[in-house]
Amino acid sequence: MEETISFQLNGKQTELKIDPTQTLLWVLRNNLGLTGTKFGCGIGFCGSCTVLVDNEPLRSCSIPVGEVKGKNVVTIEGLARDGELSPVQKAFVEHDALQCGYCTPGMIMNATGMLLKNPSVTRDEIIAGMEDNLCRCGAHIHIIDAIEAAAKEMKGGK
Amino acid sequence: MKKEKNKTQVSENLTGRRGMERRDFFKLVGGGIVIFFLPRCTSESVPVAEPGKRSLPKDYNAFVKINEDGTVSCYTGKIEMGQGIIMSLVQVFADELNVPMEKIKMVMGDTELCPWDGGTWGSTTIRSFGPNMRRAVAEARGVLIELASNKLKVPASQLTVVDGVISDPSNPGKSVTYAELAKGKKIDKYLDVKPAVEDYTKFTFIGKSFKRNDSKLKVTGEAKYTGDMKLPGMLFARIVRPKSLSGKLVSVDYSEAEKIPGTKVFRDGDLVGVLNENYVLASRALEKVKAEYSYDEIKVNDKSIFESMVKADSTADVETTAGDLEPGFKQCDKVIETEIHDPFLAHAPIETHSALARFEKEKLTVWASTQTPYPLQDALASHFSMTLDKVRVIVPFVGGGFGGKSKFQQAMEAAKLAKIAAKPVMVIYTRDEEFLYDNFHSAGVIKVKAGIDKSGMIKAWDYHVYFCGTRGSEIIYDVPNHKITSHDHKANTPQVHILDTGPWRAPNNNTNTLGRELQIDRLAAAAKMDPLEFRLKNLKDQRMIDTLKAAADLFGYVPAKKHPSGRGIGIAIGTDVGTMVAEIAEIEVDKKTGQVKVLRIACAQDMGLSVNPHGSTMQMEGCITMALGYTFAEEIRFEGGEVIDRNYDTYQLPRFSWVPKIDTLILDRKDQPPHGGGEPAIIAVGAVIGNAIFDATGARLFQMPYTPERVLEALKKV
Repeated sequence: MEETISFQLNGKQTELKIDPTQTLLWVLRNNLGLTGTKFGCGIGFCGSCTVLVDNEPLRSCSIPVGEVKGKNVVTIEGLARDGELSPVQKAFVEHDALQCGYCTPGMIMNATGMLLKNPSVTRDEIIAGMEDNLCRCGAHIHIIDAIEAAAKEMKGGK
Repeated sequence: MKKEKNKTQVSENLTGRRGMERRDFFKLVGGGIVIFFLPRCTSESVPVAEPGKRSLPKDYNAFVKINEDGTVSCYTGKIEMGQGIIMSLVQVFADELNVPMEKIKMVMGDTELCPWDGGTWGSTTIRSFGPNMRRAVAEARGVLIELASNKLKVPASQLTVVDGVISDPSNPGKSVTYAELAKGKKIDKYLDVKPAVEDYTKFTFIGKSFKRNDSKLKVTGEAKYTGDMKLPGMLFARIVRPKSLSGKLVSVDYSEAEKIPGTKVFRDGDLVGVLNENYVLASRALEKVKAEYSYDEIKVNDKSIFESMVKADSTADVETTAGDLEPGFKQCDKVIETEIHDPFLAHAPIETHSALARFEKEKLTVWASTQTPYPLQDALASHFSMTLDKVRVIVPFVGGGFGGKSKFQQAMEAAKLAKIAAKPVMVIYTRDEEFLYDNFHSAGVIKVKAGIDKSGMIKAWDYHVYFCGTRGSEIIYDVPNHKITSHDHKANTPQVHILDTGPWRAPNNNTNTLGRELQIDRLAAAAKMDPLEFRLKNLKDQRMIDTLKAAADLFGYVPAKKHPSGRGIGIAIGTDVGTMVAEIAEIEVDKKTGQVKVLRIACAQDMGLSVNPHGSTMQMEGCITMALGYTFAEEIRFEGGEVIDRNYDTYQLPRFSWVPKIDTLILDRKDQPPHGGGEPAIIAVGAVIGNAIFDATGARLFQMPYTPERVLEALKKV
């Protein structure tokens, strides 16, 4: 059942021998020690396990690890470069866009994927794009503000 | 942790009970100057440990320590679950000690390092800790100045403190740092401080807005929650579950499960754990277990529960009473009767209950996502017949609690399985288990009959709350004849709540504020008065009046000429944990679909001194946003004892598109003691939206939540 699977993980070539039907979420957490990606509901409804696969935000609880073979996976641990936070991370800190912080990695990954596709998002597009990521503490307004600010910075920087 | 020689003799302060000796205590925390204190609330008593049960020298609930490196540690059994006390407590310390905020270290929720605490709930941290903590820290500063005075040979009165350096301004050469003073010292001091309102004009940090200090950890994935912990040899446990609470294990066959490589199954009574070092394999093995359960026959469901509550043979405790209802009603020109049904709600924090347990050399350590580390420590010690000093509970960051994490079944299960397996065991509840074992917000019924005289004054108020508690049931308004009665479980009668219930953010108050404020609105309409004017006319409490007026100003409220006005504006007020809250909302109702869109909510709050107004504002916004869930969608359905809603597919939480513009205002009450901030703003949202729906359409809804179907149903009756 096990096979060798290799993919880019946070910019590094990664190879592991594993049953390809295991979910990406638990392989990241169990086998690769990356616990920033969170388990929330297990059926793709809350978004706390969101990671980027080839820049596309996907629910890692619902993807078998075999599907990312040869692809480029980025988790919350892979966003900062040399200790420098990414624009979205920075904006989340600046805007206090979190409370308990448990949904935060998923929020940031989903927002990052959205902004990579379209840094010119409107506020309404941000709301629509984040709609399926759940936050129980009610930090929504700050999250929208943060993503709006990050979008501005990403646009200005390019 | 420092391991240094300790020459200090065991003082008379050792507990002599089951707790830790002073010597061991200093070994754990290192040298320095330690001030213990016992926080007390200004308005109510704070629970203290039961005699003979607790650890650490004496039963002091918190302490601060001036470390040998000049930093200051605060040890508290409180936990951080998003509410932001990790920041506001730092402000309190920095202010009184004259040190920069980055020098303050918070040590939270570790039963071995922190003194006993009843639990993190009820918005008690700031209101009970705030004034007390400041006294204690002021005392610590006094000790430091005294030490400096001896060392520098300068009278204490001549010394000043800036950024942790004590110096004599008239003699620049004479200065000493906190670090130098604490070095090599082992001083402990005990205070039974009385809360007092401090001179707020002297605050440097308190009362000013600061952002969170844990964000960087949380945006990088570095912040550790319980499920993120890992120990060598650790096994994940998946547990065999019945489909509902009444299930009793009849038989279990796990031979197929054990065929999955690396899987072991352990049983302790009804607890059957499927263990594997790989979570996915443990889950797959669980699916192979064949278990049979027997169930009680339960007839009540989410629709019939309300009738069963009203009909049950229940207690009738009179909470408060004044005047006489019968003559009161005789003075009334109009009498209105209202009955409101409020369903069970799930806490549904995004982090499910999780725990990691390890037995090592006769010692049990449990990391758990819990709001109650000390009660958990007690339960573990009692279950395993261990002394408290052999049981340590550590609470890492908690991914949301809202009252739900005052229950800690997952930690007991992890410890039981760790004991049998003789390996560290991690239990992370699935979302399904989270819904199965939640201690739900309890369903309840409010029946209220009240009347007004010809001038629009409320003359009589007969209020009954069924099976959902009395917090927030106080009348607030000035009504000469009133009676508040609570009906609850009577001894030796069948349990009415067939699901487990417990505290849910502002427990009971959401239901009681809903009941009162919908009724008040109906009375206003009956009096043909503007709902703001009606409330102001019937209120006497000046704090409440000021808060309501502040909300009206914030909203830009203009009295309506007719009622309902068609504008879709609602008002509701309430009080919780000492705080007064007033909300005004504007909504739109789509009469074709029954969809309600909230456009904006203005919320004013008198919470006394707010230590961190920015943090308080985030709590107000968080409360209002969370409340949109119970207002529009959240409702636990159950049948035959089985919870039907077991994940976010059918149990809907508020989403980004639901969130209106939220304007908040904290009344300037710096000269008053702090009241609670984590809960009050949630209580009035159900009523403010209900009243706004009436104002928009003339329709009244008496069953929560206001789903499109219920709105359409109510519209038909207009």
